[in-house]
Amino acid sequence: MTDNRFFNRSELIGILLLAVFLVVILPLTLDVFRLNLVAKYLTYAFVALGLVVCWGYGGILSLGQGVFFGLGGYCMAMFLKLEASSVENTKIQSTPGIPDFMDWNQITSLPLFWKPFNSLTFTIAAIILVPGIFAWIIGTAMFKRRVGGTYFAIITQAVAAILTILIVGQQGYTGGINGMTDLRTLKGWDIRPDHAKVVLYFFEVGCLFVCIMIAQFIRHSKLGRILVAMREKEDRVRFSGYSVANFKIFAFCIAAIFAAIGGAMFALNVGFMSPSFVGIVPSIEMVIYTAVGGRLSILGAVYGTLLVNFAKTSLSETFPELWLFGLGGLFIAVVLAFPNGLAGIWGDYVQPRIDGLISSRKPKPAGWTEGSVADGAPAE
Amino acid sequence: MLAVHKFEPSSRTNRVSSNQSGVLMSDEANKGLLSPLRRKLLMGMAAVPAITMLPRASFAQAPATSAVNTTGLAVTDTEVTVGILHSATGTMAISETGSIEAEKLAIEQINAMGGVLGRKIKFIQEDGASDWPTFAEKAKKLLVNDKVAAIMGCWTSASRKAVLPVMEQYNGMLYYPTFYEGLEQSKNVIYTGQEATQQILAGLNWIAKEKGAKSFFFVGSDYIWPRTSNKIARKHVENVLKGKVVGEEYYPLGNTQFNSVINKIKLTKPDVIFTDVVGGSNVAFYKQLKAAGIDLSKQALLTISVTEDEIDGIGGENIAGAYACMKYFQSLDNPNNKTFVPAFKKMWGEKTVIGDVTQAAYLGPWLWKLTAEKAGSFDVDKIAAASPGVEFKGAPEGYVRIHENHHLWSKTRVGRAKLDGQFELIFETADFVEPDPFPKGYQ
Repeated sequence: MTDNRFFNRSELIGILLLAVFLVVILPLTLDVFRLNLVAKYLTYAFVALGLVVCWGYGGILSLGQGVFFGLGGYCMAMFLKLEASSVENTKIQSTPGIPDFMDWNQITSLPLFWKPFNSLTFTIAAIILVPGIFAWIIGTAMFKRRVGGTYFAIITQAVAAILTILIVGQQGYTGGINGMTDLRTLKGWDIRPDHAKVVLYFFEVGCLFVCIMIAQFIRHSKLGRILVAMREKEDRVRFSGYSVANFKIFAFCIAAIFAAIGGAMFALNVGFMSPSFVGIVPSIEMVIYTAVGGRLSILGAVYGTLLVNFAKTSLSETFPELWLFGLGGLFIAVVLAFPNGLAGIWGDYVQPRIDGLISSRKPKPAGWTEGSVADGAPAE
Repeated sequence: MLAVHKFEPSSRTNRVSSNQSGVLMSDEANKGLLSPLRRKLLMGMAAVPAITMLPRASFAQAPATSAVNTTGLAVTDTEVTVGILHSATGTMAISETGSIEAEKLAIEQINAMGGVLGRKIKFIQEDGASDWPTFAEKAKKLLVNDKVAAIMGCWTSASRKAVLPVMEQYNGMLYYPTFYEGLEQSKNVIYTGQEATQQILAGLNWIAKEKGAKSFFFVGSDYIWPRTSNKIARKHVENVLKGKVVGEEYYPLGNTQFNSVINKIKLTKPDVIFTDVVGGSNVAFYKQLKAAGIDLSKQALLTISVTEDEIDGIGGENIAGAYACMKYFQSLDNPNNKTFVPAFKKMWGEKTVIGDVTQAAYLGPWLWKLTAEKAGSFDVDKIAAASPGVEFKGAPEGYVRIHENHHLWSKTRVGRAKLDGQFELIFETADFVEPDPFPKGYQ
């Protein structure tokens, strides 16, 4: 409960519970098909996690996280697509050895910017660096000029729209609206069969926990407190001598990198990447996951994402023509009744009872605790 | 292809909601072996373990499940389950609704005739929600969880491309209704719409001959189907017709500003405007053409993307005189179509119009039934192997036959749009056009 620790006891328990849920309970109770769906949902949890850091703590609402999800996903998909487009797999084309959509668009040789994606090392670096640098450029351009709040949100929307148009318009290089489909192997290892899906699921859960730890670390470090302070009273932080812009840029870059990792996981798990994850609507949907889970809670983001997506799938399977209304109703209900999302429900109703049961005698620790960070009302 | 096709009043969506997810269709009309009593008997017998000891003759119409289903599909002694996978929500719902309706009609008619191999068709409807990965997810669900024997579904190229790897991995059977760009062939797909060369070449030949057309201006939406179609059209115009393409322009999906291209058309004065603009853009395109003073009764325009469904949105007065080139028009005068159109309207409402894709979707369940009966089995491998050569004489478009490459032989027709939103048949090919998804010399 001091500044130096990653997490306090209740957070530790929460993380362990999530680990048991994801690593033991879900794999044991679900068949491979449903487990693969969970893997798909969890890719959005990376984005939601980034939004907790950037929006929940930093108060920077980004409505363009789909951009970074897409950049990460496309980097991964480009590598997988190149591997799937070996000369023998594509001998039916007029130019064998290039991705099929290039051949359909009369491109006869592999474009220069595709070539480095033959290397897995380069691809992994690109998944982190491309969105990171892109976020840094946007962040620098905006925050250094003190553009914030609603204006920033609008600009991220514009970026999402621009990137979608770019991808759709340059279909010879990007696969256009169809996206990149039919991704098959990773370094010769077939990613499509059931056992591969299970391996990928556990790999993804591992990555998710690494990201959760990073988010926890940021939250409990001095940096995390400056972020919260900035969200509450930006000017005071600035007058105290901190460079507000740099902290904002950092939070935005972290959120971008988390989203990109999620995108890369998506391409691996689903075997598919398309501009429908880049645009404005999916970006807003990702913000909704965070809002439902509770934007101040790292674990809430994961549960929120899972809940919304489960609801989406099961509602659409049961009511193929009416499910969107049900989902819309769910969002309205959550936002009206529980503004802090699932984590708010937990924190307000469940946690106090558990605490009361375990340690009714213990006095509350003074100073900065989890409660004082998490319960602060956001500035925007 | 991707299109936002129908612009119908909302009443349509209401009508669809009846008879959803997997309801067994009524079978009043059915008098033969599967009378209600007979069905009860069959079900009762199914419970008896010694079923195989019964005389074979009693199963003449309904062969034993173990014989017609060796791969664990959802087939019982009385039912066989198929999937319907289209967008019931999202931007594509308005286009795909027609396909859903046609498939349900076909299934109901087949059930009324006694079903397939003595089994009623039960369907499970899933919503692709106009979202390509959702299509892949739902296709996988239908194949892995529900073990459906076949899927009628997909509309856009993007959704098909997303579903295709799933169909191949889990060995499913997809009946895909939309006219599309070709460059694809799969054991696991039957393409009931036309591929690009079938649709385009005959139309271009006709207009070149009929109108003496030498110069063409291409306008399309910016994605794979219009680009591939125009590539094929350009090769044909330049190499075969010895004409000239004086302009080729693409606009993003949903674009509503066509003034600059209309100006270019006025400047270049092409003999023919050849368009594959899709979806809502069509409304703006034809209205602006008219407003710019281009009279479609004098200026020839050939479209491969406007069916009766689109005209509903465009308005007959804005497009009257334009030529459309595809395989089916609602106004076709043949006995099959004369029973199909009233049956469709009876089920889905008097105001419904039937476009090319809707008719192609109607073929899906029928072709699957005929193939299963030819193969004597529901097994996907046997269906795939038996498909070539299957012919459907009751097709509203007249007659179709499945080619070795899993596309259909079909006639290509040119219709002229009338004020009332229907097409008047102007020309049809004498012979069935061979499907050629990988056309040599056009790539």
